[in-house]
Order: sequence, then structure tokens, then C-alpha cells
Amino acid sequence: MDAAQRVTQTQGKLDVTQPTADTLCVRLTGQWTMHATLPATAVVQTELAAMPQAQRLIFETQELTGWDSELLTFLLKLKEICTQRQVEFEQAGLPHGVQRLLALATAVPEHHEGRREGGRESIVVQIGKGALAATAATHEFLIFLGQVALAFVQLVRGRARFRGVDLMLIVQESGAQALPIVSLISFLVGLILAFVGATQLQQFGAQIYIADLVGLGMAREMGAMMTGVIMAGRTGAAFAAQLGTMTVNQEIDALTTMGLTPMEFLVVPRILALALMMPLLCIYADLVGILGGAVVGVGMLHLDAAQYYQQTLYRLHILDFVVGLIKGAVFGVVVALAGCLRGMQCGRSASAVGTATTSAVVTAIVWIIVWDALLTVIYNILGI
Amino acid sequence: MVRDLTMAYGSVVIQRDLTFTVRRGDIFIIMGGSGSGKSTLLRHLIGLQAPAQGEVWYDGQSLWQAEPDERERIMRRFGVLYQSGALWSSMTLAENVALPLEQYTNLSPSQIRDLVSFKLALVGLEGFEAYYPSELSGGMQKRAGLARAMALDPDMLFFDEPSAGLDPISSRRLDDLILELRDSLGATVVVVTHELASIFTIGTNSVFLDADTKTMIAQGHPKTLLAESQDPKVRQFLTRGDQRP
Repeated sequence: MDAAQRVTQTQGKLDVTQPTADTLCVRLTGQWTMHATLPATAVVQTELAAMPQAQRLIFETQELTGWDSELLTFLLKLKEICTQRQVEFEQAGLPHGVQRLLALATAVPEHHEGRREGGRESIVVQIGKGALAATAATHEFLIFLGQVALAFVQLVRGRARFRGVDLMLIVQESGAQALPIVSLISFLVGLILAFVGATQLQQFGAQIYIADLVGLGMAREMGAMMTGVIMAGRTGAAFAAQLGTMTVNQEIDALTTMGLTPMEFLVVPRILALALMMPLLCIYADLVGILGGAVVGVGMLHLDAAQYYQQTLYRLHILDFVVGLIKGAVFGVVVALAGCLRGMQCGRSASAVGTATTSAVVTAIVWIIVWDALLTVIYNILGI
Repeated sequence: MVRDLTMAYGSVVIQRDLTFTVRRGDIFIIMGGSGSGKSTLLRHLIGLQAPAQGEVWYDGQSLWQAEPDERERIMRRFGVLYQSGALWSSMTLAENVALPLEQYTNLSPSQIRDLVSFKLALVGLEGFEAYYPSELSGGMQKRAGLARAMALDPDMLFFDEPSAGLDPISSRRLDDLILELRDSLGATVVVVTHELASIFTIGTNSVFLDADTKTMIAQGHPKTLLAESQDPKVRQFLTRGDQRP
């Protein structure tokens, strides 16, 4: 007989008898294990219910061939039922080991306040709690912002303490090493802009304005935005993970006791690095995006390459690039802030690092879009 | 020295009315069961967490009343060994030990290099300068953490559960090292632990925190406590439960 067959064939059985008028006897036979098919407690419960004069519940287990925790959970349920019906639960007939385990499991009374129960709160309580949490989060964010500001004051006064090596390393990681992915994404975005424009503009024979569309679109908007989103996913997440892990490992505490402020030592170089690198990446993204547009324009719409180049030069002013670069710098600060904030807020467990990382990316992207909208409105008012 | 210290997370009080004095040269043990607030007390002593009430004094100066600059000066005399070592994982051992030296001294790079080798040699890790913390075993990480804690020749050393996660022999060696450092450097040592063997071998004074009453219920030399304490909880703890309350 192989294992699978044995598993399907084992079963536990119970018979309920009534030896005296006020006693119910449960006779357990066969295998009472996790792999066996077992009767439900309801059987005994109905027997008990049918016998209101019952005073005692006893057990007979001579023919019980095997048992494990499954039997114990069954017995605990029975015991509960007995307590409710004020019937005496006599365990004398049970195997010795079972009796001892039962005693162990019931030795310490259940910790009632400790058992957390969810999903019972009314909608009002939930809204209230949500509002309080939101206030607390805003408060925490403002404190963080204040600390960052103070750290930058120290930086301006030349008193901020961090290692130049760290700054260089972050610059390299967030700047140079991001070039391949920024190239790919911006080339494709330029390509997409050109395609979208081409189908419309071709109807009027105005294909040449593709150059305007791609140029302005990349320089003023998409270059900064796409780089920002890439940075949020790439660098913002990395910042949150790094700082989060450092919180979990007490490395942040170690810095603090050494008199090094984490804000100066960890956050300042990260914000600085991204604020410096983002405009550079941005301008690179603009140029690659325009190249992507040109590939569609020249390759598909058969525009003259020189003409495309001239049209781009004619339409794009230096101001358009500046507008995009300012956005880029703002997005850089925003991404670094979101990453560092979530990293520093990280709880003290491994799973908290994962949550912090995810939250950093989401926060960064939301802030990027909000700031993009704000800046666009401001530019509009200023007329640039 | 601690006076009337009450610690709390938000409105949840962890311990109240703690008052004790750590003398120079003591190896002071903070003991108590799990969740009694030993590590939290340590965080208050080393300036990581502000007390809800009361004060922590160092040589007549209050740590939490002091100006930030003043507090930093006090804290610079501390060396702390964290439970997990807490080495900065992005730096090599040498960089870890060198960082405090770079920040607070005007030593030349070659002087720093020599000092770093010396500190690592003290904890038996000479030659591991270029290793990253993740490449070391738990015991080695702890010793490296100790080397970093000693970088600035502190006169107060704090240990958070030094023997947690170590095998008996490594843990014994760490105890010997703590004794050796106290004697040679003349440092004052504060240790959070519930390792009975360590408590009796190295402790010269102690305080016992209780989670139920949320305050300290005994203080004194661990061996004296074992011999004389009338408190059943202290007796139970120090005899590993042989003498139940």
C-alpha cells in the first residue's frame, strides 16, 4: 500500500452512547490525524442538545490508533461547548499525552484585549481615523521638510557634514548610470510624439510642423516629465530602500550617536545629486527625443533632414529649454525628497523596506505630476 | 546618572520613576525580562530618544536640557555597540572605523589608517580592513562594531545585547574583551543584557526593570542581588526560574 492510498483510507470515527441517564460517552476510534477524514463536532453537539439532563461528557479511547493536533482542536471545541452547556468535561478516558497537551493549552487564559479584530469599525470611526492619520502624516512631512531646510542652511554655512565620496557616488549612480534607460525612453517618446502628430498633420500637408511639435513637446514637457518618472522608479526607490535598510539595521541610530545628523549626512547629498543631475539628464533627454522625432520625420514622412533641422532651430528658443530644465530640477528635488522621506519613515522590519520603496515611487510620481501642473500654470501666467 | 526618568512612546508609558547612578569604571547592567524597556532605556541614555519626564545627567550636565552643541559634545564621548552591529553597509570596515575619526579629528589620512588598523587589531580583525560588513560572520560584525565604537577613545561604552546571536564561546570572548577594555581604557560600561552568565561575570552594578509594575524593582551588584534580594521576580530571573515567586 503506498502513501497516497494510506492517506485516503485513514479515518477517525466516533460513536456516542449513553451509559447512564446523565452521562454521554464519546468513543473515539481509528486515526484522528490531519490526513484523515474526521466527523464534525456538530455530531456530539446535537446529541448533547437532545439530552438536556446531561451532566458529564466522558471519553473512551481504547481503539484509538493514532492522533495529533487535529484531535486536540476537536476536543478543545467540545470543551467549549461543554462549558457553554454547563456539562462536565471528563478527560480521564483520553490518552495521557492528549490530557497533558489539553492542560497546557488551557493553562493560560486567552488574552482578550490582545486579539485584534478587524472590519468591525463603523464608517464614521474609519473616516475619523483616516483624517487623524492624514494630519499626522502632514505634520511628519512638515517636520521632515523643516529638518531638510535646516540641513541646507548648514550646507550654505559650510558646516554640513557629509562625505564628498558619497556625493560623487550618488551623482554617478543617479546620473551617468541612468543614461542608457533615459536614452531609450526619450527616443521612443520622441518617436511616439512624431507618429501621433504625423497622422493629423499629413491631412493638411503640413508634415514639416512635426519638427515643431516634437521639439516643443520634448523641451517644454516630455523631456523633464519622462526623466522625472524614470528617476522616481530608479533612484527614488533606491534612496528609500537604502535609507530604509539603514533604519532597520540601526545604522541611522549609529550615525546619530556619532553626532552626525542623518539629514546632513544622507539626505543632503542625495537631494543635491539629483538636483544637479536632473537638468543635465533632462537636456540630454530633449536632444535624444528630438532625434527620435527626426527619425520618423525623415524616414517615414520623407522630409528633408536639413529642412527638419532648420525648422527645429527656427521654432525652439533657448527659453523653451530653460522652462524644461527648471521643471527637471524641481522634479529632481521632489524625487529625492520623496525617496528620503519614505526611507527615513521606514519601520523596523524587512517588509517595511518594501513598503517604503513602493510608497516612495508612488509619492514621487504624484508629486511630479502635481508640480508639473503648478509650474505649467505659473509659466502660463508669466507668459513664457 | 538618571533621575526620575519616565519613558513613553506616545501615551504608552514604558517605565516610570527610574533613578540610579552609574559610577566611573562600573560595568553597569540593565536587566529585565523581554519587553521591559531595557533597550528603550539605553536609547534614552545615548540621546536617541527624549524622555517624557525626568533627566539624564552626565558629570553634572543634563543631556536633554543642554543646547544641541553641548549635547553633541557629551555624545561624542559615547561609544555604542548596537544589537546587530549596525555597521554602515555601504562602507568597508576600515571606512566604518575611520568615519568618526575623519569627522572629529584633524589627523592625516595615514595617521587615520594606522589608528584604524590598531582598533581592528584590538578586536582581532586586523587584515579585514577592505571587507564589507555583509562578508563577515555575526560575531565578526559585532567585534567590528566594537572597533568603531572605540574609534574616538570614548569614556562611556554602551552595549545593546552584546551576546545576542553569538555562540557561547564568542560571547565569552566578547565579555573578556569588555572587561579588558574597561580596565585598560578606564571606560565606564553600560550593558543591556539578559544573559545570566555575562551578568555575573562582568557586572559590578545593575538595575532590574520590571514590565508589570513599569519601574525598576532592584539595583545593586548582581551577585549581591542574587544573595540578598527579597523580590521574588528578581530571584526568579537571576536563578533562571528555579526559585519561582
